[in-house]
Amino acid sequence: MSSQLDDQRIIEFDVRTDEMLVNMGPQHPSTHGVLRLVLRTDGEIISQVEPQIGYLHRCAEKIGENLTPRQWIPYTDRMDYLAGMNMNLGWALTVEKLMEHELSDKAKHLRVLIAELGRIASHLVGMGAYGLDLGTFSPFLYAFREREKILDLFEDVCGARLTYSYLTPGGATADLPPGWLERCQEFLDQFEPVIQEYHALLTTNAIFIKRTAGIGVMSAEMAIDYGCTGPVLRGSGVNHDLRFHGEEIYTEMYDGYIFDVVCEKDGSYPVDETYPPVPEDAVLGDCWHRFYVRMLEVVQSIKLVRQAMERYSSASGDWGIPIKLSQRLPAGEAYLETEAPRGQMGFYLVSDGTAIPWRVRARSSCFCNLSVTAPLCQGCLLADVPAIVGSLDVVMGEIDR
Amino acid sequence: MAELINIRLGLEGSAFGSIAAAVIHALLLLHVVAVGALVFIWMERKIAGRIQDRLGPTRVGGKFGWLQTLADGLKLITKEDITPQNADKMLFKIAPYVSFAASYAAFLALPFADGWVANNVNSAVFFVLAVLGLEVFGVILAGYSSGSKWSLFGAIREAAQVVSYEVPLGLCVVVPVFLAGTMNLVTIGNMQAGYFTNWFVFHDIFTFGTFWIFFTCATASVNRAPFDLAEAESELVAGFHTEYSGLRWSFFFMAEYGSMFLVSGLGAILFFGGWHGPIPLMSILGLPESGVLGNYLANLAGCVNFMLKAVVGVTVMMWVRWTLPRLRIDQVITTCLKYCVPLASVCFIGAVGWQVLDLPSPSDWHLGTGPAYKVHEEWATHTNNSAASGADDRGPETTEQYQRESDQLLPPEPDDADKPLTGSSGSPRSLTATPLGQELSP
Repeated sequence: MSSQLDDQRIIEFDVRTDEMLVNMGPQHPSTHGVLRLVLRTDGEIISQVEPQIGYLHRCAEKIGENLTPRQWIPYTDRMDYLAGMNMNLGWALTVEKLMEHELSDKAKHLRVLIAELGRIASHLVGMGAYGLDLGTFSPFLYAFREREKILDLFEDVCGARLTYSYLTPGGATADLPPGWLERCQEFLDQFEPVIQEYHALLTTNAIFIKRTAGIGVMSAEMAIDYGCTGPVLRGSGVNHDLRFHGEEIYTEMYDGYIFDVVCEKDGSYPVDETYPPVPEDAVLGDCWHRFYVRMLEVVQSIKLVRQAMERYSSASGDWGIPIKLSQRLPAGEAYLETEAPRGQMGFYLVSDGTAIPWRVRARSSCFCNLSVTAPLCQGCLLADVPAIVGSLDVVMGEIDR
Repeated sequence: MAELINIRLGLEGSAFGSIAAAVIHALLLLHVVAVGALVFIWMERKIAGRIQDRLGPTRVGGKFGWLQTLADGLKLITKEDITPQNADKMLFKIAPYVSFAASYAAFLALPFADGWVANNVNSAVFFVLAVLGLEVFGVILAGYSSGSKWSLFGAIREAAQVVSYEVPLGLCVVVPVFLAGTMNLVTIGNMQAGYFTNWFVFHDIFTFGTFWIFFTCATASVNRAPFDLAEAESELVAGFHTEYSGLRWSFFFMAEYGSMFLVSGLGAILFFGGWHGPIPLMSILGLPESGVLGNYLANLAGCVNFMLKAVVGVTVMMWVRWTLPRLRIDQVITTCLKYCVPLASVCFIGAVGWQVLDLPSPSDWHLGTGPAYKVHEEWATHTNNSAASGADDRGPETTEQYQRESDQLLPPEPDDADKPLTGSSGSPRSLTATPLGQELSP
C-alpha cells in the first residue's frame, strides 16, 4: 500500500487515476452461466478483458471414454443445454459416420424437423437473454413463452424438456406420437407472426440499435482467424453454413430443402417482406448484425420445419431404430462437425474395436466464439461488455464440457 | 392548523400547536410515502405481469395478491442485516435513511389539494427540486461506503446522471413557474382551475413540448428505466445497493417509489391542473364549493383527482421500464446535454415569446367560470400587500382566502391606469412585474 512510502508528498501529488481490476462473474447476472471476466478498467472504460473459464467442467469427454456411444448421449445433452437436440444429433451422426450406418429417409426428415425446432428454441433463448443483457426484461419472457411451446412438443416426443437424449446413433429413441405434427403446425402458425413482436421490441427499437449498432465490430478476416462459427461468423458477412458446406453425411439430410444461409451477401440480406431494414448505424460484424442473423435464422428454421413435416409424413421407411446399447464399434476414427445453433459443433471419436470408444473429443463452437471477447471489448465501455458477450451467445456448459 | 389546535386547547400563542401540527403532517405524509410504496410495488408487479403475459402476485391477501408487498416487507424485516467487513460502517448504515429522508422531506411542500399541504412554502417548486436532489447523496454514500466496486460504479454513475439532469429539469420547471408568476405550488394549481383548456400543458405548443422533456428528465432524475444505470442489474450486479439486505435495502425502494410519485405529482400540478379535473364538475353540477363541508368535499374530490393524475404518471414510468432497454452511460449524458437541454431551452424561450407576443392560447377561450389569470392577479396583489404590510411571507392557502385577504387589503380601485395588476380592470394577460411594495402603500 502507498502508506508504506516514506515521503508523504509522493502520495499527495500522485492524483492520476488508477486502473481497477474488477471481477465480472462467475456469479454475475449477465455472464450466461459461470463465465468469469477479469476486467481492467479505467472508470467506465475497459482496457483489458480476460475471460476465465472452467467453472462448469464436468469431464464430459473422459466420461465418454468409459461409456458406449448410446450411453454418452445424455452427456451431450448437458453440453449445450439450450440445444440438447442438436448436440444429440452431432454425436449420433459422428457414431454413424464411423459405423457407416445408413438411415432411412423418414429418419432423416425426422432429424431435420427436430434439429430445426431445437435451433428455434435455442435462438429464442439467445434473443431473450440478449434483451436481458441490455436491460429489458419483457422480450425474455416473450421468448420463453414461445420456447415453452417448443419444449411442450419435445416433451411429447421424448418425455424431457431440457435434456432430451432423443436423437441417438441409429435414429431416434421413438417415433413422433400421433397428432404431434398437427400440434407442431399449430405452433408454427401461431409463432410466425410473433416474430414481428420481437422485431418491434428489440431489432428495430431505437435504444436497442443505439446499444448494439457499431459495438464490437468484427471483420470477416478476424472472425475466420479466431475460428468463429455459426451466427457469429455469418454476422460478419461470411457465407458459411455446414448445412450447405458441411460433410456429405450431414448435408444429405438437407438435400432438397429450400432455405437460405442468412448472412449479408453483396451488401444485403436475403429479401423477405417480414425482415426489418438494417439501420444506418449498423456496421457489418457488430452486435446488431449477429443478433439480426439469429432472428432471421429463426425464420429460415420455420421454413425448414414446415418442409420437414411435409416430407416426414410422406416418407417411407422407419423412424430409425437405435443401435444396440453395447454395439461393437469398428476400429478407426471419425470426426464430424454439424451446424449447431451456436456454431460448428464437432465430435471426434476413436475406436479400438470395442463397444467403448478409446478417445472422445468435442470441438466447442462457443469456445472459439468466446475467444474474441478480449479483442472486441478493448476500449469499450463497461456496459458494452454484456452487450458484446451476449451477442456471441455463449453457453458455458459447452465451453467447459 | 397550528392555530386551530391552540384555540381548541386554549393555548393561544404557545408552541404546542405548531409541534402537534408538524407531527400530524409528518405522520400523514409518512403514510403517503410508505403506503404509497407498498401500493406502487404491488402495482408495478401486476403491471409487469400484465405486460409480460403472466399474472404477477395472486395469492397473498386474497384475489389480486394485494398484500404481497406487505408480506415481502415482513420478510425483509426478519432478514439478517448484513454489513460487509470492508464497508464504512457508519456511512453504510445511514445511507438508506438519507435517501429516504430526502424523498420524504420533499413531500412537505407538495399540495394534494387546494390548501392540503403540510407547509405552504412560497418557493415550493424550488424546495421540492432541491430536496429531491439530495436523494443522490444517499446513493453516493451507499456506493462509496459499501466497499464494493460495483456499488462504487453505480454511485458514480448516479452522481453524474442526476447532476446532469437537474439542468434540463430545472429549465422545464421554470416554464410553468414563469406562466404562473409564482413558485407556490398551491397557486400554480389553482391558476389552472376550470376546464382543461386552462392547463399549462395546453397553453401553447412549447409548454406541451416542455412537459415531455420534463417527464423524460424526471424519469432520469428518479433513476427509472431506461435511465436506471445506477442499479443496472445486467452490468453492475445491483449497482449501489449490491451489498444491502433486509430493511435497509427496502428503504432505497421506498425512496425510489416515493420519488416517482413525487415527480409525477409535481408534473400533474405544474402541467395538468393539479387537483382540478378536466371539467369543473362541482360548479357544473351546482355543488357548493364554499362553506366548511363544501370546501372539504371539493378538496377531497381534488385530492382524488390529483392522486389519479400522479398515479397515471407513475404507471407510464412502469410501462416504459418494462418495455425499453437501458441506455449506456455516455448515451444518457448525451441525451441530456445534446437533446434535453437545448430542447428545454427552446421550449423555455418559445413559451416566453408566446407570452410576450400575446399569442392565442386555449385558456383565452374562458370556458367555465372565470379565466385562469384572475388568480394570478390576485396573487400578485396579495404578495405586494403582505410584503408591504409586513405580514408573513407564506402564500395564502385557498382561493377563498385570497379573495378574503385581497378584499381586506385592497384599497379602493386606484385611479392610476399605469398599474394594471391591482385590479381586474387591467389587462388580464399583462405580466408586467411590479416591484414588491412599490405598488401600494398601506
